[in-house]
Amino acid sequence: MTLKLGVPSKGRLMEKTFEWFAKRGITLSRTGSDREYAGAVEGVDGVDLVLLSAGEVPRELAAGRIHLGVTGTDLVQEKLPLWEQQVEEVAPLGFGHADLILAVPQLWVDVDTLDDLDAVAAAFRRKHGHRLRIATKYHRLVREYLMDAGVADYQLVDSQGATEGTVKNETAEMVADITSTGETLRANHLKLLSDGPVLRSQATLWRSRTAKCSADEKKVLGALLDRLHNG
Amino acid sequence: MSDRMNALALAARLRMNFEAAGARVVEPPYLQPAETLLDLYGEDIRARAYVTTDALRGEQMLRPDFTVPVVQMHMSHGAEPARYTYAGEVFRRQEHDEDRANEYLQVGYEVFDRKDPASADAEVFALIALQLRDMPVRAATGDIGILMAAVQGLNTTDLRKAALMRHIWRPRRFRALLDRFAGRAPLADSRRKLLSTEGVLTGQVPAIGKRRPAEIDARVDALRADAAEPPIAEHEILALEALMAVRETIPYASEQLRDIAVDLPSINPALDRLDARTAAMKARGIDIETLDFEASYGRTSMEYYDGFVFGFYADARPDLPVIASGGRYDALTRQLGQGAEIPAVGGVLRPDLMLRLEGAEQ
Repeated sequence: MTLKLGVPSKGRLMEKTFEWFAKRGITLSRTGSDREYAGAVEGVDGVDLVLLSAGEVPRELAAGRIHLGVTGTDLVQEKLPLWEQQVEEVAPLGFGHADLILAVPQLWVDVDTLDDLDAVAAAFRRKHGHRLRIATKYHRLVREYLMDAGVADYQLVDSQGATEGTVKNETAEMVADITSTGETLRANHLKLLSDGPVLRSQATLWRSRTAKCSADEKKVLGALLDRLHNG
Repeated sequence: MSDRMNALALAARLRMNFEAAGARVVEPPYLQPAETLLDLYGEDIRARAYVTTDALRGEQMLRPDFTVPVVQMHMSHGAEPARYTYAGEVFRRQEHDEDRANEYLQVGYEVFDRKDPASADAEVFALIALQLRDMPVRAATGDIGILMAAVQGLNTTDLRKAALMRHIWRPRRFRALLDRFAGRAPLADSRRKLLSTEGVLTGQVPAIGKRRPAEIDARVDALRADAAEPPIAEHEILALEALMAVRETIPYASEQLRDIAVDLPSINPALDRLDARTAAMKARGIDIETLDFEASYGRTSMEYYDGFVFGFYADARPDLPVIASGGRYDALTRQLGQGAEIPAVGGVLRPDLMLRLEGAEQ
């Protein structure tokens, strides 16, 4: 049996992850053709590389099918309700920084805080006969955040892409989305609420709390974690 | 027999008792249109109820309770007065605690009667207490109507009162609003800046979205007008805080509330209703001398109660949720009644928990 390490299978997130491990003397690489999701690990014995979409890593960690995995804090917290019991943070990797934020039209000069948002949601519902719509793909995180803040009279509408455009298209009144720089927001005439982000996220290495570990695998895991922490 | 069969058998017995007390048996469907529940509870319900869909009917919810379908049924074709009973599963999605049941039995009793609300409150409470007799449970009671009357009677603008009323069931936001209206909380920087401006503020940036510039201008005007209003008087705020803190046996609670009514006279009619209910409960043999009353009881349950509220707890088993609960929901019948309304009160028992309590006793 070998220890399974899951990492994102493409793009900048994969490249940066490979670099991060390389700095610690562990070479990760994709093998075979570009289309085949197979990988190799050099520099440490007994570890298998599993290439996955970043969105699948949380589920695989929670199910215990991989022992270690790299993915964003946002995805772990959105997809795993009991994430603290299911995974443990090994190390933040220092890249893939992104905040989950709430943004409203710049036109809304009267809205800056969650207090304002709540009051406006009530008035909006009275005037338009439906609740104020927030476009997002982070349903659970946004709902819990707003519930905690006591904001009412809103509804979440699903948006899996081009979320910032929903306001102009009038399929939503505001958005909750991941942003790294805020440029897309500004280009779409949106602004942030001042209460701060719903969540600050970055690429992180996680350890599954549920994956079964043989004595051998435990040894490999211990050695690997030592390397990563001291590297 | 399995736990589930035992619970079903007990549920059938409890429902029969309610039937014997004069209730008609109803069997609402498992699937409820999601829209009604979403309109009532907002997005929060999605964290509590299972949602499913089909292409024809759209979003459906596995019933998270019976009250809403029973009210809808009554409002569409019920005769008056009416008493209903039911027994069956409800479904509650759990996202934080795997040990909490996501499917359990409820047995309920609901009264739709215009004649004598105090007597109907006492009837529901006494029947549920009777079903729980000899069990190690303690009752807690409250009355959301008193707090609502206090808010309605504040000497401040209708806008402020409406904002407070909207958040009666969200104590933290209620508190924040109260602090703001009392002039205790500092203004947010952005608000101070906004209030230092004059004239129309929209028109500088592109007008996108369904919320139009006229709505924004109107809210800016309303905020400016609100800033010119005096804060809610200190003695009213203190009385409201004292009210929310009342936690006593009913006779002492009633006395304390009458003292508070000196500063909040608007609550007197609600206190008369409390006294009438207490008398009706006493007439039904409830020991009101030892019955607890908490003025803030029922504010955090995300429910629709707007008057009498109650719950029965197993003090020796803090791991168990509330064994039975209920209350008055006049406003719900108004919301679901499409113009019609009727005073209504009801409560539910959880047979699975009753069996666990009994098992622990033996």
